[in-house]
Amino acid sequence: MTFAFDLLLAVALLWSGWRTLTTPRLDRAIVLFIAFGLLMALAWARLSAPDIGLAEAAIGAGLTGALLLDAYGVLQRRRARP
Amino acid sequence: MKRMVVIAVAAVFAMVLGGAMLDLPLGAIDLRIPVAANLGESGVSHPVTAVLLNYRGYDTLLEIAVLLLALLAILAVLGETRAATPRAAHPVLQTLVRLATPLMIVVAVYLLWAGAFRPGGAFQAGAVLAAAAVLLHLVGLSPGWNTPRLKLRMGLAAGFAVFLAVAAALLPQGALLRYPPEAAGALILLIESALTLSLALILAGLFLLLSRDEEAP
Amino acid sequence: MTGGLLFALTGVVLFAMGVAGVVLIGHLLRRILAFNLMGSGAFLVLVGLAQRNDVPDPVPQAMVLTGIVVAVAATALALALARKLHALTGHLELPEDADE
Repeated sequence: MTFAFDLLLAVALLWSGWRTLTTPRLDRAIVLFIAFGLLMALAWARLSAPDIGLAEAAIGAGLTGALLLDAYGVLQRRRARP
Repeated sequence: MKRMVVIAVAAVFAMVLGGAMLDLPLGAIDLRIPVAANLGESGVSHPVTAVLLNYRGYDTLLEIAVLLLALLAILAVLGETRAATPRAAHPVLQTLVRLATPLMIVVAVYLLWAGAFRPGGAFQAGAVLAAAAVLLHLVGLSPGWNTPRLKLRMGLAAGFAVFLAVAAALLPQGALLRYPPEAAGALILLIESALTLSLALILAGLFLLLSRDEEAP
Repeated sequence: MTGGLLFALTGVVLFAMGVAGVVLIGHLLRRILAFNLMGSGAFLVLVGLAQRNDVPDPVPQAMVLTGIVVAVAATALALALARKLHALTGHLELPEDADE
């Protein structure tokens, strides 16, 4: 039963990772990456590693996502200003 | 053409490595046993914290140094720029952040303290504090960071400096970072507190210093 | 197959996807995304393989904790360089990749 959950989580990780790399729109890719980070936090919880889960959710998904979104926003602003 | 080759090589690599992992025999060295056996003298009762700050404290020392280096490199790349002027967000957002920030500070202090007994520790506490600082800036309640001046520099370097000072003070014993068992808990708490402060400032700085380099509209 | 081994295999595939992405993708921001995928895959392999008998092991967990924090610092530095490149040249691709 729990293996079914693990399998579903693994498939979700692979799918969101694949779509992060192949989606044509960059903002969608960044949001997918944040979702990937949260799924990773779930995976760490399944692997009995709550310390890593806490750190991944805060740093891996949160801070990295904020950095990427900020960079994307700056690029859009520069592109809009000719 | 190059695309096909790279994808094929990556797929073959994944299959070979996956196949090798499927019939991997049991490891010859099991580090769980000595970790659990010496947990009593390590000063904490959570094995991951013990590994991070006692058994492999040297790695954590180098890690905080790497973080500091990354921050310095970002400052060097971006140079002297004006701080981003924070745009005030919707008042509901501001109120929410005002309410959340004291809670986040309490959670961070709890995580720091609880790291000795259960999952938690300096890195998680520092990350929560950094998130609070970033939130405060994003809703416009806190100004951006200019090139750091003395107080900020001292805060950024405090974690590494305290860790290095403890290591230097223990050096006459002969081995690097070997805590005496009766003082191990107190030393780890001291190092973790300094690490939390530094880590929070460095992680917040990674975001806040990076977001400076736009010209004001 | 245990949960640990399943996540280790997932990590291998993620790593392979990340490497292919870093090599093939020209856009720097996407390349940073692929680099982070590589890192996450490697962390999954570290912990998953050590815990392939479903018993928690603190040593690789501490190593991965260190790895996550260093990865965010590397991402921040990479983003700083990419933004500087864009501010100076207006492109977000390296010159040799833009020629292909």
